[in-house]
Amino acid sequence: MCDIAVRMDHVYKKFHKGEIYDSLRDLIPALAGRLFRQTELDERDGREFWALQDLCFEVTRGEAFGIIGHNGAGKSTALKILSRIMRPTKGELLVNGRLSALIEVTAGFHPDLTGRENIFLHGAILGMSRREIQSKLDQIIAFSGIEDFVDTPVKRYSTGMFARLGFSVAAHVDPEVMIVDEVLSVGDYLFQAKCVERMKEVIRSGATVLFVSHNLKNISEFCNRCLMLEKGRSVTIGPAHEVVATYLQRYRQPLHGESGSGPVYISSIQIRGERGETTRFTSGDRLWIDVELIARAACAKLSVSPELTSECGEIIFETTTERLGCGNFSLEVGDSYRCTFEIRLNVITGNYHISALIYRHDTQTVYDECPAAATIYVNSPDDVRGIAHCFPKVTHQEVLRASEPIILAGEPEGDRACM
Amino acid sequence: MLENLRELYRYRELLFMFTYRDIRVRYKQSVMGLFWAVLMPILIVSAGIVVRYGYALASHRPLNMSDIADVAVKSLPWAFVVSSIRFSCNTLVANQNIVTKIYFPKEIFPLAAVLASFFDLVIASCAVILFLFVARVGWSLELLWIPFLLVTLVAMVFGMGMIVSAASLFFRDVKYIVEVFLTFGIFFTPVFYDVQMLGRRGEWLFINPIAPLLEGFSDCIIRHQAPDLPWLAYSLSCALTALLGGFVFFKHLEPAFAESI
Repeated sequence: MCDIAVRMDHVYKKFHKGEIYDSLRDLIPALAGRLFRQTELDERDGREFWALQDLCFEVTRGEAFGIIGHNGAGKSTALKILSRIMRPTKGELLVNGRLSALIEVTAGFHPDLTGRENIFLHGAILGMSRREIQSKLDQIIAFSGIEDFVDTPVKRYSTGMFARLGFSVAAHVDPEVMIVDEVLSVGDYLFQAKCVERMKEVIRSGATVLFVSHNLKNISEFCNRCLMLEKGRSVTIGPAHEVVATYLQRYRQPLHGESGSGPVYISSIQIRGERGETTRFTSGDRLWIDVELIARAACAKLSVSPELTSECGEIIFETTTERLGCGNFSLEVGDSYRCTFEIRLNVITGNYHISALIYRHDTQTVYDECPAAATIYVNSPDDVRGIAHCFPKVTHQEVLRASEPIILAGEPEGDRACM
Repeated sequence: MLENLRELYRYRELLFMFTYRDIRVRYKQSVMGLFWAVLMPILIVSAGIVVRYGYALASHRPLNMSDIADVAVKSLPWAFVVSSIRFSCNTLVANQNIVTKIYFPKEIFPLAAVLASFFDLVIASCAVILFLFVARVGWSLELLWIPFLLVTLVAMVFGMGMIVSAASLFFRDVKYIVEVFLTFGIFFTPVFYDVQMLGRRGEWLFINPIAPLLEGFSDCIIRHQAPDLPWLAYSLSCALTALLGGFVFFKHLEPAFAESI
């Protein structure tokens, strides 16, 4: 047995754009027309397009593999080909082991059946045997958190309950290869956290997981390696956080440059670390941000604001030259301005964006901004959670045994009662 | 081919689940419940009685109980044929969110449609058996033909079901064509009448492969005689052709389902 769980070998997939003939009434005249014209219509009109081109990758057994890319990059097509719903136009694929796809978790549900009946139906669609479902029934119901409604037809469910039940069934299939397409974002915050936990459990159990998501945080958290697709072609394959960083950098909003319309614009933002690094950092590292401005017209009372945001755009840290005590500055036509900020990356593992903006405090005007001008990956050697890294240390620890009564010296019972 | 059959066998539980779903959904939230299964054959039988009555008046022969029993025995399989084909014709399109999302052998859909209709046939048969008992039709060893006739019928209907379901996925107007055939098919099939009524030319009707089967039911249940063997062999070969051809046709088109639906 080889160690490869999934392999795609030069896979191509072609689709046809526009309307295809879906009734005989349209097809017959079209065929007659084609007889006279003698040419292949599709090729001449350029109506075909390649959803996937020359896609090659291998996933080893037990690996968690992410696929990222914009809408229409071919992620879902790739997964559909893997799960054999579609056949590739060219190329070979290999899947070792029982495969289960979590593509749309409520697809198999029938609105008129009760929750319980739908668990059996959907489980069977996903390839579970009746006995298997029976043995996991309680687990599935408990996971979905809809115990009180399992015997209600699912058409009476709220959208959240519906999706939760769907995910719960799908999450309890024990496949050797699991394909997950953007299904973790169902339900409320608590349920999502539960889904993420369950995914980790599946990965720990040794299953091979192929994971498609727009939630880059999940990708860099779960996956060992990642593939980035663009217009059906693979751009890069590598360690997940590196590919995520590349992806973010590739698609960040470009600097306005000369095209900006304001009187002053940011012409460049550069970052560097202590050892000249620009993408990978360790918690606690120092980071320098160089910002350069050019004025097209005279401007007064300017200040520059650097910003550190998380992957989801949440502001982690933000300040301005003015607030840092440098006061504001004025520029004349053609002047340029440079400043360098030094910050300390007291954050936990993750991808972070660095942004900058120019603004005038008293009129609250923003002249130019560069959101996510650079993206960095910060690695924290300590196992900490949250947003900030507070560099914790345990300075004291002791266990007080209940069996050894504590004697509170100098504190008679009577005194305490008075208080 | 063998690979496909093995896969179908592996997914047998899914087949039962879909059949169960189809049956359950049909009878849920309907006041009459299982009575629906009997209602449709009752309507066909009543129509048949009207036709038979007209025929009896025209030929100056009395309408007797065995004529009515004959209509009843033949309308049930006919109702089964109509509902299975109508149902399988829609089944892939109706389940398109599953067809485009999850992999499994898709012939389960038409097969479940046929089995769910077969369930209706079984329910309605109970009513007819009761009626035959009251009408004192009696029994004979010829009844042993029934399982064979049923299996042939199911095979034929399943074969046709696979063809129409796959075809209607690609061309939506197939549904309307099928509907026309099902509506007028009853005139070309000996349901309301016996083939003998048309004299020697009646044999031509046996070209319709369902006809020998229906006559076969009436032969072994009402007339206590063996069915017409050569024509039955013809039906059987039609059924096997439909089954095999339908399966090959369906499996050939299956990979294109998800992108063409």
